Amino acid sequence: MSTKRPLPVDLTEEQIDEFGREMDAIYYETLESRGEKDRLYILRLIRTQRSMALLGRLVIYASLFLLPAWGHALAGWPSTLIVMALGVILLGLAKILENMEIAHNVLHAQWDWMKDPEIQSNTWEWDTMSPSDRWMHSHNVVHHTWTNVLDKDLDVGYGIMRVTPRQPWKPAYLLQPVYFVLLMLLFEEGVALHEQAIVDVVEGRKKHRDIRPLMKHIGRKVWGQVRKDYIMWPGLAALVALPISLVVPESPLTVFLLVAAANAVANIMRNIWAFMIIFCGHFPDGVYHFTQEQTEGESRGQWYLRQLLGSANITGGPLFHVMSGNLSHQIEHHLFPDLCSNRYPEVAPRVKALADRYGLPYNSASLWRQFGTTWLNNLRLAFPGGTTPPEPARA
Amino acid sequence: MTTPVPQGKAPRRWLTRLSAISDMFAFPLRTSHYVELVNPLWTTHRMHARVVDVWDETRDARTVTLKPGSNWRLHRPGQHIRVGIPVDGRHYTRTYTISSPPERDDGCFTITVKKIDGGRLSHHIVRNLKVGDFIPVGLPQGEFYLPDASPVQPLFITAGSGITPAMSMVRSLIAQERLPDTVHIHYAPHEFDTIFGRELRRLDQEQAHYHLHEVHTRQAPEDQNHFTEAQLERLCPDWRERDCYACGPPALLAALERTWEEAGLSQRLHIERFRADFAPIPDDAVGGRVRFADSDLDVDADGETNLLRVAEDAGLNPPHGCRMGICHTCNTTLQSGCVRDLRSGDFINEPGAIVQVCVCAAAGDCELAL
Repeated sequence: MSTKRPLPVDLTEEQIDEFGREMDAIYYETLESRGEKDRLYILRLIRTQRSMALLGRLVIYASLFLLPAWGHALAGWPSTLIVMALGVILLGLAKILENMEIAHNVLHAQWDWMKDPEIQSNTWEWDTMSPSDRWMHSHNVVHHTWTNVLDKDLDVGYGIMRVTPRQPWKPAYLLQPVYFVLLMLLFEEGVALHEQAIVDVVEGRKKHRDIRPLMKHIGRKVWGQVRKDYIMWPGLAALVALPISLVVPESPLTVFLLVAAANAVANIMRNIWAFMIIFCGHFPDGVYHFTQEQTEGESRGQWYLRQLLGSANITGGPLFHVMSGNLSHQIEHHLFPDLCSNRYPEVAPRVKALADRYGLPYNSASLWRQFGTTWLNNLRLAFPGGTTPPEPARA
Repeated sequence: MTTPVPQGKAPRRWLTRLSAISDMFAFPLRTSHYVELVNPLWTTHRMHARVVDVWDETRDARTVTLKPGSNWRLHRPGQHIRVGIPVDGRHYTRTYTISSPPERDDGCFTITVKKIDGGRLSHHIVRNLKVGDFIPVGLPQGEFYLPDASPVQPLFITAGSGITPAMSMVRSLIAQERLPDTVHIHYAPHEFDTIFGRELRRLDQEQAHYHLHEVHTRQAPEDQNHFTEAQLERLCPDWRERDCYACGPPALLAALERTWEEAGLSQRLHIERFRADFAPIPDDAVGGRVRFADSDLDVDADGETNLLRVAEDAGLNPPHGCRMGICHTCNTTLQSGCVRDLRSGDFINEPGAIVQVCVCAAAGDCELAL
């Protein structure tokens, strides 16, 4: 019966089953050991993140008191911009932490075990344009079930890019280096519009009015984000600047635009970082892709194997791992998506050793290597052809 | 995150409008989430209380004085609150009666908790909770309280930590200087193991209208160490003319219910249970296949395990509170099939009926909107 192409490995079915059992053992053992210190970790992290966000916004406001028009000793554009940059960095880092280490993992139900009513996957809403319930569907269900399966996993090239030679080439891909940069800058907007339904409308399978409720739902969330960053915070600053402008010759409009620009930079900073980390998860050299036929009747062991071969880690220090939402442990995240992320660093060596014992590759390298090859692949695959990773996969 | 706002004092309209605007700065969170960074007691999206004092009443019972957050609504003596406590990283909710009267000037209230053998949460409260800790609390709830105006002559019958609602009532009546003629029969293991023992005895001496009868169950003779009608006649001959407020273990409450029912006075007996009193499970109770429709999940359940537990064991996390059938946080709709209410033993089999999953078990196959 076995005429289908097997997974690209040198293992028998029995060996794959045993591999799956060993992986299960790591998973359940770690789940068992969760406790108070994990709870303190996430609570402290949330506290730190919210403090950073608030502080960042206040520092941006504070920098307005250094505008040249004030005329005091410290006033001047350089000092204004330096202090403002500090605020932007704080705010940007807070947004990165919120999106990646907090919300992404909360929405994966990694913290549902605490039963804390405040930290639940079904009620958490995150600081980005995509409504969390929509994202949970396209990410948790589609992407994590069908990791790197062509025509199933929407994240393979996000519908606009060719990330593996197995996707047939078409002329539109010639523009993909441009898409790459655009998506990097507008990642937040891209994620919000990352919906199968929208692809269906573009390709004529659905009508505009069919997806109107969905677009309204997304629209409400986008409006909330835009209103906060580009109306409320700049608006309040301008409102305060209005009476002051009678004494200090500085237009409230400039103040408004400065704060709005600062918030935009913080958002873009988060966009670029999230894009880099996430693209390093599945698109660097040495990552495998699969066909639907290869996943038919997949066993638990085979599923684990596909996650291992289809993901890539980034090496770095503890702070780097936190800032990347532990997606630098993309392999562990894909093997155990609902294990709380602060435990990925401790399971990583066990997973790596397990892969090694079975002679399987464990794709882990520095950010520069992973992002570099992702970018080079993007350029290469804009043109026909390209090379797939070696089969069978060996360590 | 968007947990229902505790409805405390009716918020003023301008305040509601102001917070709607300030929430736009905090989207998708609320201003309250940032206010919480400064002081958890100022939040409005959920309510915390700060532990300001702990005091051991007996070797295994402790009174915890709590300062509630700004949305607090004063309780009526006898009411209880839900308390959320994290133990080993997991959040648990339990219900405790408020033991202080609402007439306190410092805005604090107390709960008095007895450590139960094997009770994870009561152990944590009695032994580990420290002054300065913040714990999530709910608003006062419950129908076990004295009527506001109409004068009743109460008879309190309490046992062990069942003293707490009666204590709140007595303290409140004294604070209001309107204590009617009151008889209090209290069961405790022995003299030095009586919660509020010294205060009760002092009240008995100082208050002309308050009559305390202590029954020390470890010291009294075998035939006098538990409730009997003869004992009641002896300690409170006019019990038929009084309104009885009782709180204690199920066996005591069952005996009281029998006595008052036989006297045809059931409406004068008011009971507060600390734990759901389950009807005996018939031997022919069968479980069945439980379908959690919203989660698209099917599991097998026996006829004894409550459905909340079944859902949790299946990996779901339905909303819940007291786990004893009083707070109705876990209410869900029965879509089809049959469940048994573990307290009464009654079957619920009408589609669309509200089911409290924490006190119901499967009785054959059923489908729930969870």
